[in-house]
Amino acid sequence: MIEFRSVSKQFPDGTLAVDDFSLVMPSRKTTVLVGSSGSGKTTILRMINRMVDPTGGAVLIDDEDISGLEPVALRRRIGYVMQNGGLLPHFKVVDNIATVPVLTGVPRGAAREQALTLMDTVGLDRSLADRYPSQLSGGQQQRVGVARGLAANPNILLMDEPFGAVDPIVRAELQQETIRLQRELDKTVVFVTHDIDEAFLLGDQVVILEKGGRIAQVGSPTEILADPASEFVADFIGADRGKRALSIRRTERGAILVDSEGRAAGVLVDGGPTA
Amino acid sequence: MNLFTEAIDWIFSAERFQGYNPLGLRLGEHLWFTFLSLLLAAAIAIPLGYLIGHTGKGRNLAVGISGAARALPSFGLIVLLVLIVGVTRAPAAAVISFVLLAIPSILAGAYSGLEAIDRRVIDSARAMGMTEWQILWKVEIPLGLPLLIGGLRSGALQIVATATLAAYIGLGGLGIYIFEGLPLRDYPQMLGSAILIAALALLLDALFAILQQFVVPRGVTAGRVRDDRATSTRRRAVAGTPAE
Repeated sequence: MIEFRSVSKQFPDGTLAVDDFSLVMPSRKTTVLVGSSGSGKTTILRMINRMVDPTGGAVLIDDEDISGLEPVALRRRIGYVMQNGGLLPHFKVVDNIATVPVLTGVPRGAAREQALTLMDTVGLDRSLADRYPSQLSGGQQQRVGVARGLAANPNILLMDEPFGAVDPIVRAELQQETIRLQRELDKTVVFVTHDIDEAFLLGDQVVILEKGGRIAQVGSPTEILADPASEFVADFIGADRGKRALSIRRTERGAILVDSEGRAAGVLVDGGPTA
Repeated sequence: MNLFTEAIDWIFSAERFQGYNPLGLRLGEHLWFTFLSLLLAAAIAIPLGYLIGHTGKGRNLAVGISGAARALPSFGLIVLLVLIVGVTRAPAAAVISFVLLAIPSILAGAYSGLEAIDRRVIDSARAMGMTEWQILWKVEIPLGLPLLIGGLRSGALQIVATATLAAYIGLGGLGIYIFEGLPLRDYPQMLGSAILIAALALLLDALFAILQQFVVPRGVTAGRVRDDRATSTRRRAVAGTPAE
Protein backbone atom coordinates (compact mmCIF):
# COMPACT_ATOMS: atom_id res chain seq x y z
CA MET A 1 0.00 0.00 0.00
CA ILE A 2 1.27 3.45 -0.90
CA GLU A 3 -0.01 6.34 1.13
CA PHE A 4 0.35 10.05 0.50
CA ARG A 5 -0.20 12.22 3.57
CA SER A 6 -0.71 15.93 2.79
CA VAL A 7 2.14 15.87 0.33
CA SER A 8 3.30 19.11 -1.27
CA LYS A 9 6.02 19.82 -3.75
CA GLN A 10 7.31 23.27 -4.48
CA PHE A 11 10.11 23.41 -7.01
CA PRO A 12 13.09 25.71 -6.44
CA ASP A 13 11.74 28.15 -9.03
CA GLY A 14 8.64 28.63 -6.88
CA THR A 15 6.05 26.61 -8.82
CA LEU A 16 3.79 24.64 -6.56
CA ALA A 17 3.44 21.39 -8.53
CA VAL A 18 1.56 19.47 -5.88
CA ASP A 19 -0.41 21.07 -3.06
CA ASP A 20 -1.61 19.08 -0.05
CA PHE A 21 -2.17 15.76 -1.82
CA SER A 22 -3.51 12.85 0.21
CA LEU A 23 -4.36 9.45 -1.23
CA VAL A 24 -4.11 5.74 -0.52
CA MET A 25 -3.10 3.49 -3.38
CA PRO A 26 -4.20 -0.03 -2.42
CA SER A 27 -1.88 -3.02 -2.84
CA ARG A 28 -2.21 -5.27 -5.86
CA LYS A 29 -4.47 -2.78 -7.59
CA THR A 30 -3.86 -0.42 -10.46
CA THR A 31 -4.17 3.23 -9.56
CA VAL A 32 -4.26 5.56 -12.54
CA LEU A 33 -3.40 9.22 -12.13
CA VAL A 34 -5.00 11.13 -14.95
CA GLY A 35 -4.91 14.82 -15.71
CA SER A 36 -3.74 17.30 -18.25
CA SER A 37 -0.22 18.68 -18.25
CA GLY A 38 0.56 20.75 -15.19
CA SER A 39 -1.65 18.59 -12.99
CA GLY A 40 1.40 17.28 -11.14
CA LYS A 41 0.68 13.63 -11.98
CA THR A 42 4.24 12.75 -12.94
CA THR A 43 5.61 14.61 -9.93
CA ILE A 44 3.33 12.57 -7.68
CA LEU A 45 4.47 9.34 -9.36
CA ARG A 46 8.13 10.24 -9.00
CA MET A 47 7.72 10.90 -5.30
CA ILE A 48 7.10 7.17 -4.80
CA ASN A 49 10.66 6.23 -5.76
CA ARG A 50 12.19 9.43 -4.45
CA MET A 51 13.10 10.76 -7.88
CA VAL A 52 11.35 13.79 -6.43
CA ASP A 53 11.35 14.53 -2.71
CA PRO A 54 8.28 16.26 -1.32
CA THR A 55 8.72 19.62 0.35
CA GLY A 56 5.87 18.89 2.74
CA GLY A 57 3.98 15.87 4.05
CA ALA A 58 5.02 12.23 3.86
CA VAL A 59 4.90 9.30 1.45
CA LEU A 60 4.57 5.86 3.04
CA ILE A 61 5.02 2.44 1.51
CA ASP A 62 3.47 -0.29 3.67
CA ASP A 63 3.33 2.19 6.55
CA GLU A 64 7.01 3.02 6.31
CA ASP A 65 7.97 6.64 5.68
CA ILE A 66 10.21 6.49 2.62
CA SER A 67 12.00 9.75 3.41
CA GLY A 68 14.17 7.68 5.76
CA LEU A 69 15.05 5.13 3.06
CA GLU A 70 18.12 5.22 0.87
CA PRO A 71 16.92 6.37 -2.59
CA VAL A 72 19.09 3.98 -4.61
CA ALA A 73 17.99 0.91 -2.63
CA LEU A 74 14.36 2.07 -2.77
CA ARG A 75 14.46 2.55 -6.55
CA ARG A 76 15.91 -0.90 -7.09
CA ARG A 77 12.88 -2.51 -5.50
CA ILE A 78 10.39 -0.40 -7.46
CA GLY A 79 9.88 -1.00 -11.17
CA TYR A 80 9.83 2.07 -13.37
CA VAL A 81 8.58 2.25 -16.93
CA MET A 82 8.71 5.51 -18.82
CA GLN A 83 7.69 6.89 -22.18
CA ASN A 84 9.92 5.59 -24.99
CA GLY A 85 11.19 2.99 -22.55
CA GLY A 86 14.17 5.17 -21.61
CA LEU A 87 16.31 2.22 -22.64
CA LEU A 88 20.09 2.38 -22.58
CA PRO A 89 21.00 2.68 -26.28
CA HIS A 90 24.35 0.92 -25.90
CA PHE A 91 22.97 -2.10 -24.06
CA LYS A 92 21.49 -5.08 -25.87
CA VAL A 93 17.85 -5.84 -25.15
CA VAL A 94 18.76 -8.67 -22.79
CA ASP A 95 21.21 -6.49 -20.87
CA ASN A 96 18.72 -3.64 -20.67
CA ILE A 97 16.25 -5.99 -19.03
CA ALA A 98 18.92 -7.43 -16.73
CA THR A 99 20.19 -4.00 -15.63
CA VAL A 100 18.71 -3.91 -12.15
CA PRO A 101 19.42 -7.56 -11.21
CA VAL A 102 23.05 -7.05 -12.29
CA LEU A 103 23.20 -3.88 -10.17
CA THR A 104 21.96 -5.79 -7.16
CA GLY A 105 24.63 -8.45 -7.60
CA VAL A 106 22.85 -11.25 -9.46
CA PRO A 107 25.50 -13.04 -11.59
CA ARG A 108 25.30 -11.89 -15.19
CA GLY A 109 24.50 -15.32 -16.58
CA ALA A 110 21.59 -15.87 -14.22
CA ALA A 111 20.32 -12.34 -14.80
CA ARG A 112 20.32 -12.90 -18.57
CA GLU A 113 18.56 -16.21 -18.21
CA GLN A 114 15.89 -14.49 -16.16
CA ALA A 115 15.71 -11.66 -18.70
CA LEU A 116 14.92 -14.17 -21.44
CA THR A 117 12.07 -15.55 -19.34
CA LEU A 118 10.78 -12.01 -18.89
CA MET A 119 10.86 -11.51 -22.64
CA ASP A 120 8.42 -14.41 -22.88
CA THR A 121 6.27 -12.82 -20.19
CA VAL A 122 5.91 -9.52 -22.02
CA GLY A 123 5.49 -11.19 -25.40
CA LEU A 124 8.86 -10.48 -26.99
CA ASP A 125 10.50 -13.05 -29.19
CA ARG A 126 13.75 -14.32 -27.69
CA SER A 127 15.50 -13.78 -31.01
CA LEU A 128 15.43 -10.04 -30.24
CA ALA A 129 17.62 -10.50 -27.16
CA ASP A 130 20.85 -9.53 -28.89
CA ARG A 131 19.43 -6.50 -30.69
CA TYR A 132 19.98 -2.94 -29.61
CA PRO A 133 16.99 -0.74 -28.71
CA SER A 134 17.42 1.36 -31.87
CA GLN A 135 16.80 -1.79 -33.92
CA LEU A 136 13.35 -2.34 -32.39
CA SER A 137 9.97 -0.84 -33.20
CA GLY A 138 8.37 1.57 -30.74
CA GLY A 139 6.03 -1.11 -29.42
CA GLN A 140 8.86 -3.58 -28.95
CA GLN A 141 10.93 -0.98 -27.12
CA GLN A 142 8.01 -0.36 -24.81
CA ARG A 143 7.74 -4.07 -24.05
CA VAL A 144 11.45 -4.12 -23.22
CA GLY A 145 10.79 -1.19 -20.91
CA VAL A 146 8.04 -3.15 -19.14
CA ALA A 147 10.24 -6.26 -18.89
CA ARG A 148 13.00 -4.14 -17.40
CA GLY A 149 10.58 -2.66 -14.89
CA LEU A 150 9.61 -6.17 -13.83
CA ALA A 151 13.14 -7.59 -13.72
CA ALA A 152 13.83 -7.11 -10.04
CA ASN A 153 10.43 -8.66 -9.29
CA PRO A 154 9.23 -5.50 -7.56
CA ASN A 155 5.96 -5.26 -5.63
CA ILE A 156 5.39 -1.82 -7.05
CA LEU A 157 5.46 -0.85 -10.71
CA LEU A 158 5.43 2.81 -11.71
CA MET A 159 4.40 3.57 -15.27
CA ASP A 160 4.81 7.13 -16.52
CA GLU A 161 2.79 7.57 -19.73
CA PRO A 162 4.40 4.40 -21.03
CA PHE A 163 2.28 4.18 -24.15
CA GLY A 164 2.26 7.86 -25.05
CA ALA A 165 4.64 7.53 -27.97
CA VAL A 166 3.25 4.53 -29.84
CA ASP A 167 0.54 4.46 -32.46
CA PRO A 168 -3.08 3.72 -31.47
CA ILE A 169 -3.10 0.12 -32.66
CA VAL A 170 0.09 -0.81 -30.81
CA ARG A 171 -1.13 1.15 -27.82
CA ALA A 172 -4.34 -0.86 -27.64
CA GLU A 173 -2.30 -4.04 -27.86
CA LEU A 174 0.05 -2.92 -25.09
CA GLN A 175 -2.89 -1.91 -22.91
CA GLN A 176 -4.38 -5.39 -23.23
CA GLU A 177 -0.98 -6.87 -22.40
CA THR A 178 -0.78 -4.67 -19.33
CA ILE A 179 -4.17 -5.91 -18.17
CA ARG A 180 -3.06 -9.50 -18.73
CA LEU A 181 0.23 -8.95 -16.91
CA GLN A 182 -1.53 -7.35 -13.99
CA ARG A 183 -3.85 -10.37 -13.72
CA GLU A 184 -0.88 -12.75 -13.77
CA LEU A 185 1.60 -10.84 -11.65
CA ASP A 186 -0.58 -8.99 -9.15
CA LYS A 187 1.60 -5.91 -8.68
CA THR A 188 0.71 -2.60 -7.15
CA VAL A 189 0.69 -0.49 -10.28
CA VAL A 190 0.69 3.30 -10.38
CA PHE A 191 0.02 4.50 -13.88
CA VAL A 192 0.16 8.06 -15.17
CA THR A 193 -1.64 9.12 -18.32
CA HIS A 194 -3.46 12.07 -19.83
CA ASP A 195 -5.75 9.73 -21.75
CA ILE A 196 -9.02 9.21 -19.88
CA ASP A 197 -9.91 6.16 -21.98
CA GLU A 198 -6.65 4.51 -21.00
CA ALA A 199 -7.33 5.42 -17.37
CA PHE A 200 -10.78 3.83 -17.40
CA LEU A 201 -9.47 0.76 -19.20
CA LEU A 202 -6.58 0.02 -16.87
CA GLY A 203 -7.53 1.53 -13.54
CA ASP A 204 -9.07 -0.20 -10.55
CA GLN A 205 -8.86 3.19 -8.93
CA VAL A 206 -8.83 6.30 -11.10
CA VAL A 207 -7.66 9.62 -9.72
CA ILE A 208 -8.62 12.67 -11.75
CA LEU A 209 -6.30 15.58 -11.04
CA GLU A 210 -6.74 19.28 -11.49
CA LYS A 211 -3.94 21.84 -11.49
CA GLY A 212 -1.48 21.52 -8.62
CA GLY A 213 -2.30 17.91 -7.89
CA ARG A 214 -5.74 18.73 -6.47
CA ILE A 215 -7.92 15.65 -6.57
CA ALA A 216 -11.07 16.29 -8.56
CA GLN A 217 -12.40 12.79 -7.99
CA VAL A 218 -11.24 9.35 -6.90
CA GLY A 219 -13.13 6.19 -7.61
CA SER A 220 -13.58 3.19 -9.84
CA PRO A 221 -14.28 3.97 -13.50
CA THR A 222 -17.92 3.01 -12.97
CA GLU A 223 -18.31 5.34 -10.01
CA ILE A 224 -16.76 8.24 -11.84
CA LEU A 225 -18.76 7.72 -15.01
CA ALA A 226 -22.03 7.22 -13.17
CA ASP A 227 -21.58 10.15 -10.83
CA PRO A 228 -19.05 12.80 -11.83
CA ALA A 229 -18.20 14.82 -8.75
CA SER A 230 -18.00 18.17 -10.50
CA GLU A 231 -18.38 20.06 -13.70
CA PHE A 232 -14.65 19.69 -14.22
CA VAL A 233 -14.80 15.89 -13.99
CA ALA A 234 -17.85 15.65 -16.22
CA ASP A 235 -16.10 17.85 -18.71
CA PHE A 236 -12.83 15.92 -18.47
CA ILE A 237 -14.38 12.50 -18.99
CA GLY A 238 -16.74 13.86 -21.60
CA ALA A 239 -19.79 12.40 -19.85
CA ASP A 240 -22.22 15.00 -21.07
CA ARG A 241 -21.08 15.16 -24.64
CA GLY A 242 -19.16 13.38 -27.33
CA LYS A 243 -18.75 9.66 -27.50
CA ARG A 244 -19.63 8.86 -23.89
CA ALA A 245 -23.14 10.30 -23.97
CA LEU A 246 -24.77 7.39 -25.69
CA SER A 247 -28.43 7.05 -26.49
CA ILE A 248 -30.43 4.24 -28.01
CA ARG A 249 -31.80 4.65 -31.47
CA ARG A 250 -34.21 2.05 -32.78
CA THR A 251 -33.70 1.10 -36.38
CA GLU A 252 -35.53 -1.42 -38.48
CA ARG A 253 -32.62 -3.84 -38.03
CA GLY A 254 -32.48 -3.47 -34.25
CA ALA A 255 -31.32 -1.05 -31.60
CA ILE A 256 -27.99 0.75 -31.93
CA LEU A 257 -26.22 3.16 -29.61
CA VAL A 258 -25.34 6.58 -30.93
CA ASP A 259 -23.24 9.33 -29.40
CA SER A 260 -24.28 12.94 -28.97
CA GLU A 261 -23.25 13.74 -32.51
CA GLY A 262 -25.54 11.01 -33.79
CA ARG A 263 -22.67 8.76 -34.89
CA ALA A 264 -23.11 5.03 -34.42
CA ALA A 265 -21.03 3.99 -31.41
CA GLY A 266 -22.11 0.39 -30.75
CA VAL A 267 -24.91 -2.06 -30.50
CA LEU A 268 -27.10 -3.02 -27.58
CA VAL A 269 -26.65 -6.63 -26.51
CA ASP A 270 -28.21 -8.70 -23.76
CA GLY A 271 -26.16 -9.72 -20.79
CA GLY A 272 -22.87 -7.99 -21.40
CA PRO A 273 -19.58 -8.82 -19.68
CA THR A 274 -19.97 -10.94 -16.58
CA ALA A 275 -16.95 -9.58 -14.75
CA MET B 1 65.45 22.58 -58.59
CA ASN B 2 62.57 24.27 -56.94
CA LEU B 3 62.12 24.72 -53.23
CA PHE B 4 59.75 21.84 -52.81
CA THR B 5 61.97 19.19 -54.33
CA GLU B 6 64.87 20.59 -52.34
CA ALA B 7 62.80 20.29 -49.20
CA ILE B 8 61.90 16.68 -50.02
CA ASP B 9 65.54 15.95 -50.73
CA TRP B 10 66.40 17.50 -47.39
CA ILE B 11 63.94 15.17 -45.63
CA PHE B 12 65.33 12.05 -47.26
CA SER B 13 69.01 12.94 -47.27
CA ALA B 14 71.31 10.59 -45.36
CA GLU B 15 72.24 13.37 -42.92
CA ARG B 16 68.76 13.23 -41.44
CA PHE B 17 69.54 9.93 -39.79
CA GLN B 18 72.98 10.68 -38.42
CA GLY B 19 75.02 13.61 -37.11
CA TYR B 20 74.22 15.75 -34.12
CA ASN B 21 70.67 16.45 -35.19
CA PRO B 22 69.18 13.08 -36.15
CA LEU B 23 65.55 13.10 -37.21
CA GLY B 24 64.68 10.13 -35.01
CA LEU B 25 65.77 11.95 -31.87
CA ARG B 26 63.92 15.14 -32.79
CA LEU B 27 60.78 13.22 -33.72
CA GLY B 28 61.04 11.37 -30.42
CA GLU B 29 61.33 14.64 -28.52
CA HIS B 30 58.40 16.08 -30.40
CA LEU B 31 56.20 13.07 -29.69
CA TRP B 32 57.35 12.93 -26.09
CA PHE B 33 56.30 16.54 -25.51
CA THR B 34 53.04 15.94 -27.32
CA PHE B 35 51.99 12.82 -25.45
CA LEU B 36 53.19 13.95 -22.05
CA SER B 37 51.30 17.22 -22.38
CA LEU B 38 48.22 15.50 -23.79
CA LEU B 39 48.24 13.04 -20.91
CA LEU B 40 48.55 15.77 -18.31
CA ALA B 41 45.91 17.90 -19.99
CA ALA B 42 43.57 14.90 -20.15
CA ALA B 43 44.22 14.09 -16.49
CA ILE B 44 43.06 17.58 -15.57
CA ALA B 45 40.37 18.25 -18.16
CA ILE B 46 38.52 14.92 -18.28
CA PRO B 47 37.58 14.67 -14.58
CA LEU B 48 36.70 18.35 -14.56
CA GLY B 49 34.65 18.02 -17.74
CA TYR B 50 32.82 14.98 -16.36
CA LEU B 51 32.08 16.84 -13.16
CA ILE B 52 30.59 19.70 -15.17
CA GLY B 53 28.75 17.41 -17.57
CA HIS B 54 27.33 15.18 -14.85
CA THR B 55 26.20 17.87 -12.45
CA GLY B 56 25.43 20.53 -15.06
CA LYS B 57 27.10 23.02 -12.73
CA GLY B 58 29.89 25.42 -13.62
CA ARG B 59 29.21 25.10 -17.31
CA ASN B 60 29.19 28.82 -18.04
CA LEU B 61 32.42 29.30 -16.16
CA ALA B 62 34.05 26.48 -18.11
CA VAL B 63 32.83 27.83 -21.43
CA GLY B 64 34.15 31.28 -20.55
CA ILE B 65 37.55 30.09 -19.40
CA SER B 66 37.88 27.70 -22.34
CA GLY B 67 37.06 30.44 -24.78
CA ALA B 68 39.59 32.75 -23.22
CA ALA B 69 42.25 30.03 -23.11
CA ARG B 70 41.75 29.25 -26.78
CA ALA B 71 42.62 32.83 -27.57
CA LEU B 72 45.97 32.66 -25.74
CA PRO B 73 48.88 33.26 -28.11
CA SER B 74 50.98 30.11 -27.74
CA PHE B 75 54.32 31.71 -28.48
CA GLY B 76 53.78 34.46 -25.95
CA LEU B 77 52.61 31.95 -23.39
CA ILE B 78 55.75 29.84 -23.69
CA VAL B 79 58.09 32.78 -23.41
CA LEU B 80 56.13 34.17 -20.50
CA LEU B 81 56.18 30.85 -18.67
CA VAL B 82 59.91 30.41 -19.20
CA LEU B 83 60.42 33.82 -17.67
CA ILE B 84 58.15 32.95 -14.76
CA VAL B 85 59.41 29.45 -13.88
CA GLY B 86 63.03 30.15 -14.86
CA VAL B 87 65.22 29.25 -17.79
CA THR B 88 66.59 26.20 -15.97
CA ARG B 89 63.13 24.72 -15.88
CA ALA B 90 62.27 25.40 -19.51
CA PRO B 91 60.86 21.88 -20.13
CA ALA B 92 58.33 22.43 -17.34
CA ALA B 93 57.41 25.79 -18.83
CA ALA B 94 56.90 24.27 -22.26
CA VAL B 95 54.79 21.38 -20.96
CA ILE B 96 52.66 23.72 -18.84
CA SER B 97 51.89 25.91 -21.82
CA PHE B 98 51.04 22.92 -24.03
CA VAL B 99 48.77 21.58 -21.31
CA LEU B 100 47.04 24.94 -20.96
CA LEU B 101 46.47 25.07 -24.71
CA ALA B 102 45.01 21.54 -24.88
CA ILE B 103 42.75 21.76 -21.85
CA PRO B 104 39.90 23.77 -23.47
CA SER B 105 39.24 21.28 -26.28
CA ILE B 106 39.45 18.25 -24.01
CA LEU B 107 37.27 19.90 -21.40
CA ALA B 108 34.69 20.78 -24.02
CA GLY B 109 34.80 17.23 -25.42
CA ALA B 110 34.28 15.75 -21.98
CA TYR B 111 31.32 17.84 -20.88
CA SER B 112 29.62 18.15 -24.24
CA GLY B 113 29.84 14.36 -24.62
CA LEU B 114 27.85 14.01 -21.42
CA GLU B 115 25.47 16.84 -22.27
CA ALA B 116 24.62 15.36 -25.65
CA ILE B 117 23.07 12.26 -24.07
CA ASP B 118 19.27 12.07 -24.11
CA ARG B 119 18.15 13.25 -20.65
CA ARG B 120 15.52 10.51 -20.54
CA VAL B 121 18.20 7.83 -20.75
CA ILE B 122 19.99 9.25 -17.72
CA ASP B 123 16.72 9.84 -15.92
CA SER B 124 15.65 6.23 -16.38
CA ALA B 125 19.09 4.97 -15.32
CA ARG B 126 18.69 6.91 -12.09
CA ALA B 127 15.09 5.77 -11.65
CA MET B 128 16.19 2.15 -11.98
CA GLY B 129 18.49 2.61 -9.02
CA MET B 130 21.89 3.33 -10.45
CA THR B 131 24.16 5.30 -8.14
CA GLU B 132 25.65 8.52 -9.52
CA TRP B 133 28.93 6.67 -10.11
CA GLN B 134 27.17 3.90 -11.97
CA ILE B 135 25.36 6.44 -14.14
CA LEU B 136 28.73 8.01 -14.94
CA TRP B 137 30.57 4.76 -15.67
CA LYS B 138 27.87 2.68 -17.29
CA VAL B 139 25.90 5.32 -19.17
CA GLU B 140 27.55 8.70 -19.50
CA ILE B 141 31.15 7.72 -20.20
CA PRO B 142 30.43 5.10 -22.89
CA LEU B 143 27.87 7.31 -24.64
CA GLY B 144 30.03 10.43 -24.34
CA LEU B 145 33.22 8.75 -25.56
CA PRO B 146 33.04 9.77 -29.25
CA LEU B 147 32.85 13.45 -28.37
CA LEU B 148 35.60 13.08 -25.76
CA ILE B 149 37.89 11.49 -28.32
CA GLY B 150 36.99 14.37 -30.61
CA GLY B 151 38.18 16.77 -27.91
CA LEU B 152 41.40 14.81 -27.42
CA ARG B 153 41.86 14.88 -31.16
CA SER B 154 41.78 18.65 -31.44
CA GLY B 155 43.83 18.95 -28.25
CA ALA B 156 46.52 16.66 -29.66
CA LEU B 157 46.54 18.62 -32.89
CA GLN B 158 46.97 21.84 -30.99
CA ILE B 159 49.91 20.43 -29.05
CA VAL B 160 51.67 18.75 -31.95
CA ALA B 161 51.63 22.04 -33.84
CA THR B 162 52.67 24.15 -30.90
CA ALA B 163 55.42 21.73 -29.81
CA THR B 164 57.38 23.19 -32.72
CA LEU B 165 58.03 26.18 -30.47
CA ALA B 166 59.84 23.99 -27.92
CA ALA B 167 62.96 24.36 -30.04
CA TYR B 168 62.89 28.13 -29.50
CA ILE B 169 63.67 27.62 -25.83
CA GLY B 170 66.29 24.94 -26.55
CA LEU B 171 64.22 21.83 -26.00
CA GLY B 172 64.54 20.18 -29.39
CA GLY B 173 61.66 18.62 -31.23
CA LEU B 174 61.03 18.94 -34.95
CA GLY B 175 60.94 22.73 -34.68
CA ILE B 176 64.70 22.79 -34.18
CA TYR B 177 65.30 22.59 -37.93
CA ILE B 178 63.15 25.64 -38.47
CA PHE B 179 64.85 27.71 -35.80
CA GLU B 180 68.29 26.60 -37.02
CA GLY B 181 67.43 27.26 -40.63
CA LEU B 182 66.05 30.72 -39.97
CA PRO B 183 69.35 32.61 -39.38
CA LEU B 184 71.02 30.57 -42.16
CA ARG B 185 68.20 31.30 -44.56
CA ASP B 186 68.14 27.57 -45.29
CA TYR B 187 64.69 27.51 -46.79
CA PRO B 188 64.74 23.88 -47.98
CA GLN B 189 65.45 22.80 -44.39
CA MET B 190 62.76 25.03 -42.96
CA LEU B 191 60.18 23.88 -45.47
CA GLY B 192 61.26 20.26 -45.09
CA SER B 193 60.75 20.29 -41.33
CA ALA B 194 57.47 22.16 -41.71
CA ILE B 195 56.29 19.41 -44.05
CA LEU B 196 57.36 16.80 -41.52
CA ILE B 197 55.43 18.53 -38.74
CA ALA B 198 52.36 18.86 -40.93
CA ALA B 199 52.60 15.19 -41.90
CA LEU B 200 52.91 14.20 -38.25
CA ALA B 201 49.86 16.28 -37.38
CA LEU B 202 47.83 14.69 -40.19
CA LEU B 203 48.92 11.21 -39.16
CA LEU B 204 47.96 11.84 -35.55
CA ASP B 205 44.64 13.30 -36.65
CA ALA B 206 43.95 10.26 -38.80
CA LEU B 207 44.71 7.93 -35.89
CA PHE B 208 42.31 9.80 -33.66
CA ALA B 209 39.69 9.80 -36.42
CA ILE B 210 39.92 6.02 -36.61
CA LEU B 211 39.76 5.74 -32.83
CA GLN B 212 36.72 7.99 -32.83
CA GLN B 213 34.85 5.67 -35.20
CA PHE B 214 35.90 2.75 -33.09
CA VAL B 215 34.50 4.03 -29.80
CA VAL B 216 30.98 4.80 -31.02
CA PRO B 217 28.93 2.38 -28.90
CA ARG B 218 27.47 -0.41 -31.01
CA GLY B 219 23.84 0.23 -30.26
CA VAL B 220 24.22 3.85 -31.26
CA THR B 221 25.34 3.09 -34.80
CA ALA B 222 23.28 -0.05 -35.21
CA GLY B 223 19.78 0.35 -36.53
CA ARG B 224 20.16 3.93 -37.73
CA VAL B 225 19.91 2.52 -41.21
CA ARG B 226 17.68 -0.52 -41.24
CA ASP B 227 18.51 -3.34 -43.62
CA ASP B 228 15.25 -2.93 -45.45
CA ARG B 229 17.00 -2.66 -48.77
CA ALA B 230 19.40 -5.24 -50.05
CA THR B 231 21.87 -2.52 -50.87
CA SER B 232 21.56 0.87 -49.30
CA THR B 233 21.37 3.75 -51.70
CA ARG B 234 22.63 6.11 -49.07
CA ARG B 235 25.84 6.26 -47.21
CA ARG B 236 25.58 4.80 -43.75
CA ALA B 237 25.30 7.65 -41.28
CA VAL B 238 27.45 7.37 -38.19
CA ALA B 239 25.99 8.96 -35.09
CA GLY B 240 28.30 10.55 -32.61
CA THR B 241 30.84 12.08 -34.96
CA PRO B 242 30.98 15.71 -34.03
CA ALA B 243 30.92 18.44 -36.60
CA GLU B 244 34.34 20.01 -36.52
